[in-house]
Amino acid sequence: MNERRSRDSVTVFGFFTYLMTDFVLFAALFAVYAVMRSGTFGGPEPWQIFDARFALAETLILLASSFTAGLALLAARRNSQLGTLAALGATFLAGGAFIALEVSEFARLAGAGAGPSRSAFLSAFFTLVGTHGLHVALGLLWLLALGIALARRGLTEGNLRKLALFSLFWHFLDIVWIFIFTIVYLLGIV
Amino acid sequence: MSMHAFIFGELSWSVFPHNAINWGGVLFMFACTAALLAALTYYRRWGWLWREWLTSLDPKRIGVMYLAVALVMLVRGGVDALLMRAQQAASTGASQGILSANHFQQIFSAHGSIMIFFVAMGLMFGLINIALPLLLGSRDVAFPFLNSLSFWLFVAGAALVNCSLFLGDFSAAGWLSYPPLSELAYSPTVGVDYWIWALQIGGIGSLLSGVNFLTTIVKLRARGMRWMQMPMFAWCTMGSMSLVVFAFPILTVTLALLWLDRTLGMHFFTAGGGGNMMMYVNLIWAWGHPEVYILILPAFGVFSEVVAVFSGKKLAGYTSMVLSIWAIVFFSWLVWLHHFFTMGAGADVNAFFGIMTMIIAIPTGVKIFNWLFTMYRGRIRLVTPMLWFMGFVVLFTLGGVTGVVLAEPPADYQLHNSLFLVAHFHTMIVSGVLFGYFAGLTYWFPKISGFRLDESLGRKAFWCWLAGFILAFGPLYVLGLMGATRRLDHYPAGLGWQPLFALAGAGAALIALGFAFQVAQLLRSIRDRELLRAGGDPWEGRTLEWSVPSPAPSYSFAQLPVVSARDEFWARKQGVAVEPAALPAGLIELPRNSALGLAAGAAALAAGFGAVWHIWWLAALGLAGGCAVILLRAFDEDTETVLPAAALPPLPL
Repeated sequence: MNERRSRDSVTVFGFFTYLMTDFVLFAALFAVYAVMRSGTFGGPEPWQIFDARFALAETLILLASSFTAGLALLAARRNSQLGTLAALGATFLAGGAFIALEVSEFARLAGAGAGPSRSAFLSAFFTLVGTHGLHVALGLLWLLALGIALARRGLTEGNLRKLALFSLFWHFLDIVWIFIFTIVYLLGIV
Repeated sequence: MSMHAFIFGELSWSVFPHNAINWGGVLFMFACTAALLAALTYYRRWGWLWREWLTSLDPKRIGVMYLAVALVMLVRGGVDALLMRAQQAASTGASQGILSANHFQQIFSAHGSIMIFFVAMGLMFGLINIALPLLLGSRDVAFPFLNSLSFWLFVAGAALVNCSLFLGDFSAAGWLSYPPLSELAYSPTVGVDYWIWALQIGGIGSLLSGVNFLTTIVKLRARGMRWMQMPMFAWCTMGSMSLVVFAFPILTVTLALLWLDRTLGMHFFTAGGGGNMMMYVNLIWAWGHPEVYILILPAFGVFSEVVAVFSGKKLAGYTSMVLSIWAIVFFSWLVWLHHFFTMGAGADVNAFFGIMTMIIAIPTGVKIFNWLFTMYRGRIRLVTPMLWFMGFVVLFTLGGVTGVVLAEPPADYQLHNSLFLVAHFHTMIVSGVLFGYFAGLTYWFPKISGFRLDESLGRKAFWCWLAGFILAFGPLYVLGLMGATRRLDHYPAGLGWQPLFALAGAGAALIALGFAFQVAQLLRSIRDRELLRAGGDPWEGRTLEWSVPSPAPSYSFAQLPVVSARDEFWARKQGVAVEPAALPAGLIELPRNSALGLAAGAAALAAGFGAVWHIWWLAALGLAGGCAVILLRAFDEDTETVLPAAALPPLPL
């Protein structure tokens, strides 16, 4: 019992350290975005292409998915496999909806001649937001695998640990998104 | 898109090399590989290789494989160095030397990239893998599979560099590929893409290793080992790995952005489109400066162990040593701009970074004094590891002084981009990093092999390296002061530089002789291994790795140690610390072998190769394969094997 708890703490520490490296990765991308923001090169300005309500919808959906991820963890603590799977299913749907919205925004911009190769500003925008989107997409893949493992083996020790790590990852992506929402969208519009 | 372009991307018959030197390298590489494969088949060693090495998750085995790859890459980078020295010794006046300008540029770019990423990093991770868990009194690293994955990503990166030798070309844009030169408009071939993906794949491996070793140090120390009882190598590695964790993501981003510029036509660093090429230089050095401390700190750790053991004394100034490590870690983030004072950031900015650069010399000086005080009144044994240390102290101090010269912005305006700079950083990296890891290799060799390295050939190797180094880089300082810029493939005869370049070339040849002695040393030691047989404690060691037999068994410690003193093993031998109140024998859990790390490395190589040549189906396949491997491993719950302690053979000590 003691052995297992100490192994869990090793895993969680390692995963936190990995998340810190991801934080630095995003910090670098934010710094790049801050430098590039004025590099519109005669192309569209931030306030011309961002839609605050659209970004708000994305934000609310992602926050909701974080909430359901939290519910999944609570259900797992209650030892309810069905509850866990249901909450994870909701998380998956919300995450999928978020990705769909983001893809549609990217397609709209690219269709309007505001693609990533138009200007340095747009390169930085697509890369920063796209990197977050890529993380969410990978998270969905993880979620799918986790759901299958849960359905097959139930709330085993290994699955519980993976669920806890997934929820850390998912909340982390939420935090990064809050920064994107504020720095890219809100500050881009005002 | 035609069918051919879909299947082969930009590969065509014209990608094979067009000059004799490249072909020579390719044939040599293939001949060595063929000889190795033939030997493995002849001696029926494939199964052994697969079970004992390629799929092993034992950090000691992984460490040895790191060292092997790093030494192979050292040959490659060393041949590059010899070619450069030959070119510059010959190419003046009417003579154009042996290399074309473009080939010369590829060679210096490859030399720098290989030496830093695949030699220095490889030696560092090799020694950390071998020594760190043993020093901490742990059986393993925190994440054994991740360790194997990191190693195979490192191998994939190294393999990608070597691919460029016979398929296409390598980057000709310098070891850090500054834009706009490295942008598609000015480097239209695949060279820069090879550089990007080799470093990206190897770099992700390093990042994961950083997470792994940092967690190992924080979480897996032996029971009772408090922070201030940790061996100095562990402290140094901890500082280095903290830097890895925070610096390598910046490299990942920088390389990715350059690739996006080149491949998707984005405008991060382009001259047009609103791009900002100086942002690249800032980003790459925000990683690059911490990187030099990443490399040097574990070497400082090796020296701290070596000097204490071979002086027969405890390390002087342990606390100040620890503080100086963390001072270096901190200040290494505040000096990156000294790599480009000439950017024109203004006198105030340059002054700040100049002063910070001088300040960071202080904690390094503290360490030098600590090692000297450790030797003071010690019973010094001048064996090879100690010789490497003595060579290091002299050269490193001199190199450090030239660094303080370069730290002054007005002087830097004159000296930047000159051979003075080249001589400076080679002094730091060769004498600091390389000598340090050579010392570590000699010091820990008995622990992994069971026998010592031959002393007399080791001495010959050391003296050749030392004299060769002074001969090769002394002239470069002088040439730099005379105005010779770096990366010259040709210079006018009237400048009178040729004799100095010739002298530098002779120095490089002497270094090559030193390396040949090292190879001979290894071969002779293997032949004479019965004579050189080492017991558990061949050096009168102070730390826990010497408390187990040599070679260390796969489980390292039959009983996990309990620590109560700083130099625990020494204290036990002196009777100061009690033999451990042994932990209950119990079962020894070890990770099962796994071929998935190797598979992930192969997938990464395929993805990287596909991205370089725009063979998108291959890139996608590689990525999908990588994801599949990770999922397979993550959901495999049967990853350990159990060894009953009672079944262990008696330990000969």
